[in-house]
Amino acid sequence: MARKITYQQAINEALDQEMARDPRVIIMGEDNAGGAGAPGEEDAWGGVLGVTKGLFHKYPGRVLDTPISESGYVGAAVGAACNGLRPVAELMFVDFIGVCFDQIYNQAAKFRYMFGGKAETPVVIRAMYGAGFRAAAQHSQCLYNMFTHIPGLKVVVPSNPYDAKGLLIQSIRDNDPVIFLEHKVLYTMEGEVPEESYAIPFGEANVAREGDDVTIVAFGRMVNQALTAAAALQNQGIHCEVIDPRTTSPLDEDTILESVEKTGRLVIVDESTPRCSMASDIAGIVAQKAFGALKAPIEQVTAPHVPVPFSDALEDLYVPSPARIEAAVTRVKEYR
Amino acid sequence: MSETLNRESLLKAYRIMRTIREFEERVHTDFATGEIPGFVHLYAGEEASATGVCMHLTGDDYIASTHRGHGHCIAKGVDPVGMMAEIWGKATGTCKGKGGSMHIADLSVGMLGANGIVGGGGPLICGTALAAKIRGTQDVGVCFFGDGASNQGTIFEAMNLAAVWKLPAIFVAENNGYAEATSSKYSVPCENIADRAPAFGMPGVIVDGFDFFAVHKAAGEAIRRAREGGGPTLLEVKLSRYYGHFEGDQQTYRAPGEVQKLRETKDCLLQFRRRITADGEITNEQLDAIDREVKTLIDDSVVRAKADPKPAPADLLTDVYVSY
Ligand SMILES: Cc1ncc(C[n+]2csc(CCOP(=O)(O)OP(=O)(O)O)c2C)c(N)n1
Ligand SMILES: [Mg+2]
Repeated sequence: MARKITYQQAINEALDQEMARDPRVIIMGEDNAGGAGAPGEEDAWGGVLGVTKGLFHKYPGRVLDTPISESGYVGAAVGAACNGLRPVAELMFVDFIGVCFDQIYNQAAKFRYMFGGKAETPVVIRAMYGAGFRAAAQHSQCLYNMFTHIPGLKVVVPSNPYDAKGLLIQSIRDNDPVIFLEHKVLYTMEGEVPEESYAIPFGEANVAREGDDVTIVAFGRMVNQALTAAAALQNQGIHCEVIDPRTTSPLDEDTILESVEKTGRLVIVDESTPRCSMASDIAGIVAQKAFGALKAPIEQVTAPHVPVPFSDALEDLYVPSPARIEAAVTRVKEYR
Repeated sequence: MSETLNRESLLKAYRIMRTIREFEERVHTDFATGEIPGFVHLYAGEEASATGVCMHLTGDDYIASTHRGHGHCIAKGVDPVGMMAEIWGKATGTCKGKGGSMHIADLSVGMLGANGIVGGGGPLICGTALAAKIRGTQDVGVCFFGDGASNQGTIFEAMNLAAVWKLPAIFVAENNGYAEATSSKYSVPCENIADRAPAFGMPGVIVDGFDFFAVHKAAGEAIRRAREGGGPTLLEVKLSRYYGHFEGDQQTYRAPGEVQKLRETKDCLLQFRRRITADGEITNEQLDAIDREVKTLIDDSVVRAKADPKPAPADLLTDVYVSY
């Protein structure tokens, strides 16, 4: 039987294997080790939730703790990528992008094109995202759509441990800037993950479940919500196809369009707010390119257009639930 | 005693510091039961800083706080009962349960919010100070921030802006030695955070943050200077946090016994009590009575927070420009 590890361990293993394979790989971030300059234990944290634990001692000089200066160190990672390293900079919560975005979207993202193809920027920005931790409005957002909007960036949203490992390895080997987004609720999710190193190519969706009645496209944690909904709908005789694009940029349009050609019915599940979202983006693509196949209006199951609330009573309503997905699927299935 | 503080003020300062301590100790205990959701960062140990500064402020002065904001809130006059309900995620909370521990705010008392973004408050306080200056009031803005935040671009920019515009702003660097698990000995390469002040063309002052009187005096001078049009000050308060970075932090990066020693020797409440009872004008019995009143207040806040209703589903879509 294949070995099972968590999403968090899969990320650690990907970093570990790439650091072992390629001396150009370095990692940096606030408390990626923890304990710098302090009287107690070194590598005390290994990242705020322990994702990078153990790498500090294994790769001396290649795990850098940073001051709280995101603009400084994220930009330094970009510069180091231009000068022969393959840095993985960690932003802790993706919400902190606000204090360093220039170095990513005006600098890293634009170099290759703006410099006439003469620059490569093999940098990875890791960050956790998503609601569910009662972490409130500034620690819970789901911003992959914002990055997807920027030409020059690749954006990765793994939904399970297997993909997390293979996609992170691909991210580190890729020569463009990659935003690698880890859903904090998934860190403890277990799954089968090969011990050996492997890379999952970008722009190749995973068909997480096959079915003929309704296509569900979902991202990150929402893939699992969609699979839960699909299993329940199966009992009612509705067969859903669940597609996990795995990267929002590049996006595997073909797999989505082929599925919609087959089912004629589409539900998109996106944890981010609805305007200018992956849900609206895919709805647009399908409306244009598979118009003839559609038998029902496209349904978008998203968070409401509000900041993430703190109270559990509200946050639980905020995150798209399997029940809401089931209801949307039922609506498109029954549409005549 | 103190030249500037009368008996009433001393009792008030004690009550505020005791309220913060009691509040934080109680949140610590309750968090351990798993009932309090989210991330909680406690201010216990640092009470003299918020209190020593805010004793000089009126309701029209603004403060900006941090993720470790409960103490600043209480010192600035936010109702602890509403705060406790907020932390428990209840509809009766200061922010209707929408913000939580990291976002408690009450603009009606000049509290511009705890902040989930490290360094987020600096520019905002430049703005409240600018408004005060343009509107011709005597009000000031105080930005509390940590040693970790002292390295954030927003804080550097804010200090420069405040100096350029000669704003009535006070930057209070609460140096508790750590930013999460990283020592300020690593992240702040100069000896003191206040050493950076001359580079911005403003005075830099260092005080012992366990000593209420030292904080109160230094803050008083900086705030008076700001009110009189003398521009900003960087005040570095050296102190320590008694609990982890957030609740649940095992703190293996700290030296064994580090906190225990501070609690026993330097604790701000201990020192304050000793000093104000020394000449017999204020008695231990009076202070014990305050302790009991504060305990009742906090006990009561928890009882109410537990019993209070959670926000209603409809609240999800209110308080925002267009929701759908
Ligand atoms: C922009 C930003 N970066 C990082 C964090 C994560 N974070 C929260 S608190 C903290 C440490 C802050 O240290 P310090 O400023 O010394 O305040 P203290 O916690 O000691 O009160 C960090 C890194 C954040 N919330 N916002
Ligand atoms: Mg600190």
